[in-house]
Amino acid sequence: MKNSNGKRNVYGLLFAFIPIMFLVTFCFIPMFRSFILSFNAGKGVNLEWGGFTNYKRLFSDPVLIKAIKNTFTYLIIQVPIMTVLALVFAAMLNDKELKGKAIYRTCLFLPCVTSLVAASVLFKSLFGNRGFINTLLSSFNLIDSPIPWLIDPFWAKFVIIVVMLWRWTGYDMIFYLAGMQNIDSSIYEAAKLDGASLFQQFFRITIPILKPIILLTTIMSTSGTLQLFDEVATLTAGGPNNATLTISQYIYNLSFKFAPNFPYAATVSYVILILVAILTFIQFRVTREKN
Amino acid sequence: MRKASKIFKHLFLMVASLLSVFPFYWMIIGATNTSSEIIAGKLTFGTNALANIRNAFSQYDISGAFVNSLIISVITTFACVFLCSMAGYAFVIFRTKFLNAIFGILLLSMMIPFSALMIPLFTMFGKAGINNTYLAVILPSVATAFMIFFFRQNTESFQYELVQAARVDGLSELGIFIKIYMPVMGSSYAAAFIIAFMNSWNNYLWPLVTISSNEKRTLPLLLSYVSSAYTPDYGVIMVTIIIATIPMILIFFLLQKYFVSGMVGAVKG
Repeated sequence: MKNSNGKRNVYGLLFAFIPIMFLVTFCFIPMFRSFILSFNAGKGVNLEWGGFTNYKRLFSDPVLIKAIKNTFTYLIIQVPIMTVLALVFAAMLNDKELKGKAIYRTCLFLPCVTSLVAASVLFKSLFGNRGFINTLLSSFNLIDSPIPWLIDPFWAKFVIIVVMLWRWTGYDMIFYLAGMQNIDSSIYEAAKLDGASLFQQFFRITIPILKPIILLTTIMSTSGTLQLFDEVATLTAGGPNNATLTISQYIYNLSFKFAPNFPYAATVSYVILILVAILTFIQFRVTREKN
Repeated sequence: MRKASKIFKHLFLMVASLLSVFPFYWMIIGATNTSSEIIAGKLTFGTNALANIRNAFSQYDISGAFVNSLIISVITTFACVFLCSMAGYAFVIFRTKFLNAIFGILLLSMMIPFSALMIPLFTMFGKAGINNTYLAVILPSVATAFMIFFFRQNTESFQYELVQAARVDGLSELGIFIKIYMPVMGSSYAAAFIIAFMNSWNNYLWPLVTISSNEKRTLPLLLSYVSSAYTPDYGVIMVTIIIATIPMILIFFLLQKYFVSGMVGAVKG
């Protein structure tokens, strides 16, 4: 009785009805509206048809280009470091004989419970001009004068990346650790009998099996980094001179900080959407080719 | 050789753990020091704890923000976990080509950046007159593709025989979900609960857009307000951070036992 496709469809739709309606109303419809909005022009609520004006403006907007460059800087530096670190932590913790494993795991995951705002404020207090980090560095004679962490364009980006690494590495680690626990231990025992070193076991067994999970986490962190907002808003507000500005923060500024320009902000948000789509596609392709 | 690698492993993990935990130590000792001591990098406990707590609660409506955050997060979490688990369950138990296609479309929403939704949501909610309410904060995070995906993955390891046996016993489909599936999937629910509560409790951008009055502020909004003062009082800031972080730490430690095993189901297959 339950085998008829029609009946299964009805039950499935009934069970998933509310989440589907929510996603349609609060995700797909707004996305479509953003798209329509991007072809409008005007400020505030007085909008008119603007054709491709906003799209033309994208290519000659120096602030947007800077924001895209900054966002990619965070992405290219932070995501690979985090992925490798998380994999190393997970591989080390996935050892039945390791003493204190649970304590290490808890410590490494703990930063994930803080809000991004809280994490950023904490690091802001550590990286002050005369703050703890500068005091520490100068007491070891590593620096002559205090580093202007959040005022210097280079170091401001550095601090933002440090906060992201601190806050997110443990999160990815939990995914990998969970994935490693799904791997049948007899595979490793067989490899050991064949004389494979720990190094070889990691690269020949663990990494290939974890590939789908690594793909999932890199897609999530790529899309998360392209939407980076909280950390930068709290630490530097995009400064100095837009040196740390992200695309998301630029959208926020365009919509709610300057004279509201919703149509252009919506157009810029489609830049993120397209970038996420392209990068996701590339990541899928890269992992598939290696298989 | 093996011993050396073991020592190296412990050393590496210890340093990493210390770096992970240090900011927590910093926030706790900070709450007991004066603002100038914190800025100077004092690493020991001070005597200013009571003054910081008093200042924090008298200058800012911390309890109000706490209650706002709590109401929003509890409602969002329960609604999100219950509804998304139902959907994730359905996409496996009643699987058809049609339902797979629907799931695929839903999954696409994972790629949509929130900033592309923010402005239409703001104007939509403005027309409906619900900006600056709890409801406005809650609605967009009730259903997430990630949570549906999470439960769909977890359901793959759920024994289908249990469903068949319950059908023979005459249980309704909804009854099977609530009485059989939910109790069996305890650790998946625990992991989902942690993730959903964490996202809701720490949500910043959307409340920043939709909440406009001081009484409706959530903790992240209050914290960012406190820290953006012209001369920020770091003692008060540390107290606020601790209050904003304690509920998450409690939930994590209460559910941690189930967390990893719940995640194991999520990344299977």
